[in-house]
Amino acid sequence: MVDAAEVIVEIRELSKSYRRGGQSVPVLENISLTIHEGEFLALMGPSGSGKSTLLNLIAGLDQADSGSVIVGGVDITTLSETELADWRAGHVGFIFQFYNLIPVLTAFENVELPLILTSLSKKERRRHVETALQLVKLADRMDHYPRQLSGGQQQRVAIARAVVTDPTILVADEPTGDLDRGSAEEVLKLMERLSENLGKTIIMVTHDPRAARRAQSMKYLDKGVLANAPEATLAECF
Amino acid sequence: MLLKLLLRNAFRHKLRNTLTVCGMCIAILAFGMLRTVISAWYAGVAASSTSRLITRNAISLVFPLPISYRDKIRAVEGVKTVSYGSWFGGIYIEEKNFFANFAVEPKTYLELYPEFIIPVEQQETFLRDRKACAVGAKLAKRFGWEIGDNITLKGTIYPGNWEFVLRAIYAGRDQTTDQSQFFFHWDYLNESLKKSAPSRADKVGFYIIGLTNPDLAARTAVAVDRMFKNSFAETLTETEKAFQMGFVSMSEAIITAIKLVSLVIIVIIMAVVANTMVMSVRERMGEYAVFKTLGFGPWYLTAMILGESLVITCLGGAIGILLTFPLARAFGQAVGDWFPVFNVARETIVMDAAAALSVGIIAAVFPAWRAIRVRIAEGLRRIG
Repeated sequence: MVDAAEVIVEIRELSKSYRRGGQSVPVLENISLTIHEGEFLALMGPSGSGKSTLLNLIAGLDQADSGSVIVGGVDITTLSETELADWRAGHVGFIFQFYNLIPVLTAFENVELPLILTSLSKKERRRHVETALQLVKLADRMDHYPRQLSGGQQQRVAIARAVVTDPTILVADEPTGDLDRGSAEEVLKLMERLSENLGKTIIMVTHDPRAARRAQSMKYLDKGVLANAPEATLAECF
Repeated sequence: MLLKLLLRNAFRHKLRNTLTVCGMCIAILAFGMLRTVISAWYAGVAASSTSRLITRNAISLVFPLPISYRDKIRAVEGVKTVSYGSWFGGIYIEEKNFFANFAVEPKTYLELYPEFIIPVEQQETFLRDRKACAVGAKLAKRFGWEIGDNITLKGTIYPGNWEFVLRAIYAGRDQTTDQSQFFFHWDYLNESLKKSAPSRADKVGFYIIGLTNPDLAARTAVAVDRMFKNSFAETLTETEKAFQMGFVSMSEAIITAIKLVSLVIIVIIMAVVANTMVMSVRERMGEYAVFKTLGFGPWYLTAMILGESLVITCLGGAIGILLTFPLARAFGQAVGDWFPVFNVARETIVMDAAAALSVGIIAAVFPAWRAIRVRIAEGLRRIG
């Protein structure tokens, strides 16, 4: 099913390095990768392998040294900071390890936040937010502040915030990394549902084989290059 | 949403921000009080009329002028009314009860000072009675004087005990009018001097000239002084404003010091608010990275930080301004002997508000700049 779908993310010979103590430290080297529309991809690899850097480059949060990242037909490596900000607002939904909700805003207001940048009316925004919160089964908690919600619930609010603009891709960086087993399971089920029922393209960075098991495909990064996953990892995942 | 965010952020760290608001309030209060003290110093200048000139002895105010100058001055082109008077320098009971007291030609004096409002019947009895005195409402209240009371001043320049009957109490036309003056008939003083010290009689300390047109002030002043050039008592004629400024300039060093202190207070509170904002922004760098991730641009972040800073400074400033009024009233009562007019001027309020806004804006510049410049990936790493 995935192979027949349209390519939504195309990465060509992508390289990225950081400067540390006056020296250039390569993080990603000549990465080429395609992700299809509706695909739920898990990016795995040991710490420091460049998973989060790759995710940040796909999501337009960081600039590559060379190569290109084409998302939905747009080469985002050619966009300016301002253009990238606008592009992110319309095309990417973010799910973070630590939820990253704004503590002074209620669940409703947190989910509404990305819609502030759209031309939707207040009434339309409310409808979208309610739909998103219903999707994550938190409609009854919309007036709660993050501190009044459990970790799992906060992550579900974060997912609602990520999907409320109906983005082209969803990127998730260790979405279950800060959750207990039960909550992690709930979040993963939700992401699975988003992929299967709503056809969302999800790119998830994870260390957790149980999380990777929910994905349709898996890529393994090691020392900044795509590599074959070790047998043990494969065995845990599939 | 922006307003909601900046209001909630402003009181997120309740203790720290409440203390900053208190600091801002005290700073604006102190700034307002110091500016009010400066205004009080200039009250005489502010209340000066552009249609009045003061003529005094060119050597010094302490040297008198002959009464014979009155008719000559009256003949100068542009002069409408001429009044005259002398600083009496009397003491009421004891020295600490200081107030300004003058011997004046009452009819012309009241004509030249329409800002002194006296009921008609009181004015008539005041003008009729040679031993009558008129006092400002503030002064009457200070000593509990009522119409008909006998008041005795002990002369310092003109020795002896001088008896007066209070015949009129004047009110000020507006807040800038000095309501703590005491004046009486110059004739009463002069007649007494003719008997006790004839050499000091028929002399006045100053002339007050009412002009037909304020535009003629410079020309008339020159004409008056030219008339008495090379006489035994040369004159110096200047506008009432310049005359009053002469007194203020004697205290220039103190006024400059007060102005500097008021500015230092603002600079200190600016540093305090900036420190609060730097701490708040540093703590929330991760949140700003989230905003940037979601597509919010630098202007939105700037508005959030600037707005929060302005909420703190404007709230503190508003409370400070409100407290300035009762404090100035209490302070004015306590120092009424030195500052007859002690009111919070509109300019002071405008300066207070401008100071609060400036502090809010300047204190937000550096934190906003840092929040805008933070790389998203770096900002997100600060969470967790």
